[in-house]
Amino acid sequence: MDPISILLGGLASGMVLFIVSVGLSVTMGLMGFVNLAHGGFAMLGGYAIVLAMRHWGLGFLPALGLAFVAVAAFSVVLERLLYARLYRASELDQVLFTIGLVFVMTATVTLGVGPETQVVQLPDWLRGQTDLGFIRYRTYSLALIATGTALVIALWLGFERTRFGARIRAAVDNRRMAQSLGVDVGRLFAVTFAIGSGLAAVGGGLGAEILGLDPNYPLRYLVYFLIVVSVGGLGRVAGVFYAALLIGVLDFVLKIYFPKGGTIFIYALALLLLLWRPLGLFGKRGA
Amino acid sequence: MRISKIWKYSLAAACLAAFAATAPAQTVKVGVVLPYSGVGAEFAQQVDRGIQVFMKLNPKAFGPYKVELIKRDSKNPSGAEAKTAVQELIAQDKVDILTGFIYSPDAIASAPLATEAKKPMVIMNAGTAWITNLSPMISRVSFSMWHSGFAMGEASAKNLKAKTAVVGYTDYPPGKDSLDAFKRGFEATGGQVIDAIPMGGPGQVPDFTPFFQRAKGKKPDVFYVFVPSGDHAVAVMKTYNALGMRQEGIKLIGPGDLTPDYKLQGMGDDAVGLITIHHYNADLDNPQNKRFVEAWKKDYGPTSTPDFMGVQGYDGMAAIAHAVVTLKGRLDPEKTIDALKGWKFNSPRGPIMIDPATRDIVMNEYLSEVVKSGGRLVQKNIGTVNAVKDMCKELKEGRCK
Repeated sequence: MDPISILLGGLASGMVLFIVSVGLSVTMGLMGFVNLAHGGFAMLGGYAIVLAMRHWGLGFLPALGLAFVAVAAFSVVLERLLYARLYRASELDQVLFTIGLVFVMTATVTLGVGPETQVVQLPDWLRGQTDLGFIRYRTYSLALIATGTALVIALWLGFERTRFGARIRAAVDNRRMAQSLGVDVGRLFAVTFAIGSGLAAVGGGLGAEILGLDPNYPLRYLVYFLIVVSVGGLGRVAGVFYAALLIGVLDFVLKIYFPKGGTIFIYALALLLLLWRPLGLFGKRGA
Repeated sequence: MRISKIWKYSLAAACLAAFAATAPAQTVKVGVVLPYSGVGAEFAQQVDRGIQVFMKLNPKAFGPYKVELIKRDSKNPSGAEAKTAVQELIAQDKVDILTGFIYSPDAIASAPLATEAKKPMVIMNAGTAWITNLSPMISRVSFSMWHSGFAMGEASAKNLKAKTAVVGYTDYPPGKDSLDAFKRGFEATGGQVIDAIPMGGPGQVPDFTPFFQRAKGKKPDVFYVFVPSGDHAVAVMKTYNALGMRQEGIKLIGPGDLTPDYKLQGMGDDAVGLITIHHYNADLDNPQNKRFVEAWKKDYGPTSTPDFMGVQGYDGMAAIAHAVVTLKGRLDPEKTIDALKGWKFNSPRGPIMIDPATRDIVMNEYLSEVVKSGGRLVQKNIGTVNAVKDMCKELKEGRCK
């Protein structure tokens, strides 16, 4: 079998994992808040795109933008109204609350839109195959790889080269010290939470072609998102990027050669990696 | 004193028995077990509408006898809820005959009850091949996975001139049935299955890309795919096109579950060229079907379309009507089974018969290709295999012995 097209397929599914999970990694690293409802925002983004395209005739790209803004805004409302009350609560309370929120989201979508899988209609230029000179491959997968790469560069620059990024890094590494130096961690968190949820929404829409989109989306992929975040390390953009690619490519390759094994290899791999490095491949021990 | 009392009761009982034996039952009670809620609700709706359309189009089918439908929800596909429903229908509602049964586990769990209580059971969907062997009370008007699978295997070699095939299947009993059936049919006619790929479970639609990429790498003449009808089928079409398998000359084929009539228009141009084999599609050209589809659209709206499950509900009701009229309204269990054996009917899917030897259906399989005509997708008939039996039982494969 052709190794390059296998690699491309794996990279594309890794990129989807990265776009959805990166927000979760940053917010979990920043506030230590266990937000299991993160996949819910990805699902809402996907539905926003499908509905906007179907009912308002929006194009694919404007719909992606709309989903980012709408879900980011909605997540801030939830953050202020609900999440903020649980920052000092125990991890168990946070887990129970966010899982409950997932159930509410799933039920609401089932009731409002229906239980069936939704199809995101791709524009013609993203369909079919593209000739790269040495190989022909699925245009959409190539577009995903390009988007993911552009995104990781943008995020890396934002994190490493801006004042806002420096604040986030400071707060992730040592929240108390950052606060005592005058960083408003609460506001920082609200903004990061919004960006993270917005990115999840974009990921939900971009990934629908690969991961599908239906009301059970948040729970089905929760394990994948958590594996990516824990292997990559909390609050590490580059770490999440490498972890997502590693898991995406391995999952793809193993499904090709051992289709019967399903997802078992990924779980085994995550287990071994975490036994070896409990804080993830790129995690740093906090102060 | 005591003896006279016993006499009295015996006499009364004898009178009652005699009465019951001669008096015609006024109403025939039919217990309908379908997943009206839950993941199968869309399927239950198809079958239920098929039943309704039969009643409406054939008001005289039951002769002078009245029929009462008692509907029970079998909810999820585990079989447990269906079994409870059947228990209630037998014990409380005292039905004369049972019908419905979308999922194989539902029929499998209910079969022992039908045997014990001697209630005839007319299966309107559940397609695992060996179900009809589970009880002498069971007859099936739907299909077995072997009807389409075996016929497609033969047609691939004969009609499509394929030499090699890769099979991709959803990893659960009907999927494995379909794989075995296709393999037997294809290899019996000179073809060779070079790879079989399990593609996840039926509970969720997986990303088909890695599986399809593996199939593409093997460069077969045809790629036979079995997935549950519905959302899985839509994803299959999308992935097949996105990976450019058509340009490589790999034909996508499968049983008609790949082209459910009510999802077909939503698949768009991706579906054009797809070749499937099935016992029904809404575009079949015969007077019974024209009448059926017309009545359906009149009642359920122009965008609603019957699919194979709808027609199975229709035919199941026709079978029950035949038994009711033949037995003059009294559905004695053994006589009902005898009446159904060898029953022939002109269905919207063409001529059908219940095989007297196996109580399973004998029917035509239609090879069709999706083409675009007048702005909509239609299934164009490109070949018919007449009077197909369940080959699993003919060949005495595995549990079909």
